[in-house]
Amino acid sequence: MKKVSGAQIIIESLIAEGANVIFGYPGGAILPTYDALLDSPLKHVLVRHEQGATHMAEGYARVSGRPGVVIVTSGPGATNAVTGIVDAYMDSTPLVVISGQVSTSLIGNDAFQEADIVGITRPCTKHNFLVKDVRDLARYIKEAFYIAGTGRPGPVLIDVPKDVQQAEHRFSYPERVELRGYKPTIKGNPRQIERAIDAIERSDAPLFYVGGGVQWSGAAPELTQLVRGLGIPVCETLMGLGSFPASDPLCLGMLGMHGSYGTNTAVCNTDCLIAVGARFDDRVTGRIADFAPKAKTIIHMDIDPSSISKNVRVDIPIVGDIKSILQDMLAIVRERESLGRRKADWAKWHEQILRWKRERPLYENGKVRKGDAVSPMHVIEEMHNLTKGDCIIATDVGQHQMWIAQLFPFERPRSLLTSGGLGTMGYGLPAGIGAKFAAPDRRVIVVSGDGSIQMNIQELGTAVQYGVDIKVVILNNYFLGMVRQWQEKFYQERYSYSAMSVPNFVKLAEAYGAKGFRIERQSELTATMKEAFATPGPVLIDIVIPKDEAVMPMMPPGGAMSEMLFA
Amino acid sequence: MPSHTISVLVENEFGVLARVAGLFSSRGFNIESLTVNEDPIDPTVSRIVLVSSGDDQILEQINKQLNKLVTVIKVTDFQDTDTIERELVLVKVAVEERTRSELDSIVQAFRAHVVDIGPRSQTIEVTGDTGKIKAFINLVRPLGIREIVRSGKIAMARAVQSAAHIALQRSAREAT
Repeated sequence: MKKVSGAQIIIESLIAEGANVIFGYPGGAILPTYDALLDSPLKHVLVRHEQGATHMAEGYARVSGRPGVVIVTSGPGATNAVTGIVDAYMDSTPLVVISGQVSTSLIGNDAFQEADIVGITRPCTKHNFLVKDVRDLARYIKEAFYIAGTGRPGPVLIDVPKDVQQAEHRFSYPERVELRGYKPTIKGNPRQIERAIDAIERSDAPLFYVGGGVQWSGAAPELTQLVRGLGIPVCETLMGLGSFPASDPLCLGMLGMHGSYGTNTAVCNTDCLIAVGARFDDRVTGRIADFAPKAKTIIHMDIDPSSISKNVRVDIPIVGDIKSILQDMLAIVRERESLGRRKADWAKWHEQILRWKRERPLYENGKVRKGDAVSPMHVIEEMHNLTKGDCIIATDVGQHQMWIAQLFPFERPRSLLTSGGLGTMGYGLPAGIGAKFAAPDRRVIVVSGDGSIQMNIQELGTAVQYGVDIKVVILNNYFLGMVRQWQEKFYQERYSYSAMSVPNFVKLAEAYGAKGFRIERQSELTATMKEAFATPGPVLIDIVIPKDEAVMPMMPPGGAMSEMLFA
Repeated sequence: MPSHTISVLVENEFGVLARVAGLFSSRGFNIESLTVNEDPIDPTVSRIVLVSSGDDQILEQINKQLNKLVTVIKVTDFQDTDTIERELVLVKVAVEERTRSELDSIVQAFRAHVVDIGPRSQTIEVTGDTGKIKAFINLVRPLGIREIVRSGKIAMARAVQSAAHIALQRSAREAT
């Protein structure tokens, strides 16, 4: 067999993995790989900052369900990628990050552009590798893709010194992975599944609480079938939105810190909470001691055993792949006729929740503004009208993110891309670009704020270079809006460094070669949005909204779900 | 908080100890004792035995996080298991004419060994569980300890006993 360079082994391995798009940025220590990349059929997207590459790969992975691939150089290239790696780790997003490293003889010598990236990313990757011998390279890449994409997905980093990229070895891509320390449990324990269904049958007020795990496992169809079959209402975490169609009356929308009154009240009153691929994050639970106080039984299905009983004591844990567990549940539910006799009680419970929801609906006065100011609720409604709800939305972090989560009705899984765990401002624009590479036929909208967009605005350059057809909606209140909201409510209106001057976004978009629009008045909203959405290629829409618009209701920090604030 | 002795079987490769230790440090837990050794029979694996303390929920979480590491093959928490535990300590004790016989009798009583003799000191090697080591150190302290080096703890589960065996052992213990 002919010998090839380590760089060629990397390229051939990526081809073997079916990685059709790579997000990256060249530099000294990764040059051998970039040289081999030039002659390959792989599509490479040149980003403007390595953080952008990791978020693009995240957007790509969330939409396609396949690991996103990133290539960066050593030192600053790798450290710039760290925020995106942590983001992917928190939100269980499969990434394979290949970083160049200084030559093995220089490692540990404080060489130019050397950083101990394996050490730095050890606590924020699912696994990482330093390749010291070219003979290990293909196997490590195979293992990296396997680890990233199976079990609870996550980022894996492979650090490849320059001399390893240049060294020669025969290439054969391994067919199998043998890792004795890594064997994710797929099938749920049948006894536990049976116990869970018994508990559901006994309960008078059961409630599904679903998270991102449903989307990763591709279990939305099974979930929908089970929920509709039983007639039990569903609330979703931020990462779970879209797992169950928002238009179904059983869908209660998002729970937690900014969950609606009706949804959170349902959580406070359920006697059987059925957690599906969700991890009881503090933004969901609020004060843990008072979370779901009436739940006699908490059922928790998750692929990650360490998520179970981490924050909340779980009565019936079921470890396994959500899709497989839900299929097993469906099989039992179909057989068990006694469940049908509970449906009348559960319908009454559902009715009660809907009454709570009607008691205090979200933003009932939200669309009535003084003068001609634009309400963010109107912007979201307009986006929904223009897309008929069929689009992928990537958000940044802050008020706009919560408004989208509360108000945009997601009908399909893999439609909302957002940074949930880490809360990374600057996520939205690159994630939206990555999404478009994964699903070129779907409409992609980035919703951002004037603060967040400036964190990775340089990726407009990437969007223009590759003609990426995305619409970027900026809800601009000349403030770090969520920070302002907290300062208003919890820091006696002392606005410490949250007001921000912003560039002329229209001119900035034009300088990058994109199109820019600005909307200042409600009366312009419909027509200008329509024109902007009909304009092909990257388009930025700067919409001025009032600075005192707040995300409501909210759980006070450290407070319980029953202590929500409404103004 | 109760002390737990945890044995972790890992792939024998660089960086594994850092991953395991990192799990403890990132949660603010101290490792009280640590030993790491290549397995004498299968050199592709190493065994890490460590002692840490925490309530049951913390330790359960640590156990799960350890299992999550790709390079960890097996985790055993000896908390609820009948185990044999051993530490080794080398103690350099000051020796004078009038204390020599006292030291000799302590060494004999603990089935310890003198492993080095100098003009004014002797170095004693003792093995045993934590209690025995502590008792030995307390007894020789008045004689003057010049230097002390103590190993981490190693541990192994006792053989599973049948009921008859356990009764036999109990009566044997009671008889002594």
